[in-house]
Amino acid sequence: MNIEVIKANHIIKWFIEAAKSMNANKEYLTQLDSDIGDADHGFNMVRGFNKVYNRTNEFLLQENLGILTKDIAMTLLSSIGGAAGPLYGSFFLEFSKKLDKKTTLNLSEFSEVFELGTIAVEHRGNATFGDKTLIDVLVPASEALKKAVKNKKTLAEGINLMAKEAELGMNATIPLIAKKGRASYLGVRSVGYKDPGAASCYFLLLALKETMTQL
Amino acid sequence: MKVLSNKIENIVEEQLYGLQSSNSDIEVRFDPNFIIRKKSKNKTKVILISGGGSGHEPLHTGFVGYGMLDGACPGGVFSSPSPIQIFECAKKLNNGCGIIFIVKNYAGDIMNFQMATEMLSLEGIKSQHLVVDDDIATAIGAPTNQRRGIAATVIVEKIIGAAAELNYSFEECLALGKKIITGARSFGVALSACTMYTTGESNFKLEENKIELGVGIHGESGIEKVDLMPVDEITDVLITKILSDKDYKRTFNSWSFKANKWIGNSLISKKFKENDEFIILVNGLGGTPLSELYLVYRKLNEICKKKHIIIKRNLIGSYATSLDTKGFSISLIKSDDEIIKLWDKKVKTIGLNW
Repeated sequence: MNIEVIKANHIIKWFIEAAKSMNANKEYLTQLDSDIGDADHGFNMVRGFNKVYNRTNEFLLQENLGILTKDIAMTLLSSIGGAAGPLYGSFFLEFSKKLDKKTTLNLSEFSEVFELGTIAVEHRGNATFGDKTLIDVLVPASEALKKAVKNKKTLAEGINLMAKEAELGMNATIPLIAKKGRASYLGVRSVGYKDPGAASCYFLLLALKETMTQL
Repeated sequence: MKVLSNKIENIVEEQLYGLQSSNSDIEVRFDPNFIIRKKSKNKTKVILISGGGSGHEPLHTGFVGYGMLDGACPGGVFSSPSPIQIFECAKKLNNGCGIIFIVKNYAGDIMNFQMATEMLSLEGIKSQHLVVDDDIATAIGAPTNQRRGIAATVIVEKIIGAAAELNYSFEECLALGKKIITGARSFGVALSACTMYTTGESNFKLEENKIELGVGIHGESGIEKVDLMPVDEITDVLITKILSDKDYKRTFNSWSFKANKWIGNSLISKKFKENDEFIILVNGLGGTPLSELYLVYRKLNEICKKKHIIIKRNLIGSYATSLDTKGFSISLIKSDDEIIKLWDKKVKTIGLNW
């Protein structure tokens, strides 16, 4: 890969990749959610990402990253359902607020919107790092991006580092007691299970890495 | 396990079509999905909307009609509705008198209803939340400020519904709602878990001789697994937990139209005491026959008499269900003359009718 900026078609490819990943991992996510939740996370994620996938042709006409990410956010918001809908929706809505009229994103700009998106998710969910949620993936991923910018890494390197930290963050949810979401009602009985939201968030970020390596 | 379905993905929509063709008093809108009352004659009433995951019927779709809800937004099975559904439903019903959302306390429901409120606020439409959190079951290590909303939601919808019909103002409805919510406590038990459509299996394992205490209404585990006991003993365990629950303080968030943000205020539920008066609900979770619920009520009535707990009204049946879960919950809702007067008012919905 030799590109240094993310463009609209990369974002679309990212979501195609993410839709594939959610479909491939549907049973797995549902299994995780049946351990400590209500067994619908896989279905919900697939429903939302398939909705985005089905609008690919329409999205391909859009070069403005602000409009594109807003359309994606609203599609996720209206179709995922549950808690995941507003959380993923808020993440990308924050992108759209900052990217109006922009058509490219370099690593530094990407890191910036990623951090703002993460903060939006924290606000929406009224949760913080360590509560056993997707925030445990977003925060280390965001930190990795910031560090990559500081160390003058390439876009590809930055995204690789992000995916690596995201995976560590996901696995780190296993020993935690859930403080937010439906698993929190289980108290100590939630220990020993991976958080399904952290897992789907990792798959989403991994899809970006896969997209960028294929270019 | 066996369920009645054509395609699992279509369960909610097909159910809504069934609802639409069975009841001429309501109107069903699709994509986004919501149910509204057909034209209300009262043009100056506060609008009441509720919603949540499907699979709890008759909650909430079955409570749309005279004396209860103006609208309901059903999400997927056990999955909260989207902000778009709630926003569109509210916009359709808006009459300028204010919109009250009756929300069960779950992370997903809160987030989706909050987003809808913020979207409505941008359009100058006034809405506010009443969050029901009656389930006193909390596990060791669980955050204490996060009680779930379960069966008492039915009572909240009925009483505020009657008040809105009598032209209580927006603020009066909210004040009444807070009074009911702080006086509501519930506790549930499951004899078996429900069949999840997504997996076709039970969501948690419960051996033949075990019961799960403190279950909610989403097929999730409760807080404690114990040996199966006679119904009298189970009833005693549940009502004892409710009556011994101490003062409970939570943060109640309201949307500030002026400040354009959520503002938290603390709201306290006082411990129940002797000679308090109640509406009591014995609620089946979907897989328990009415006959068994009357066994529960037999013992419950006996215990309440002995403990000087005054039952002013009762409701026995399956109103806030969890698919085919075997089990029930007991709810005590503290009442006074105003609440009883409103409880007795006419109601005409699929789920409640008198």
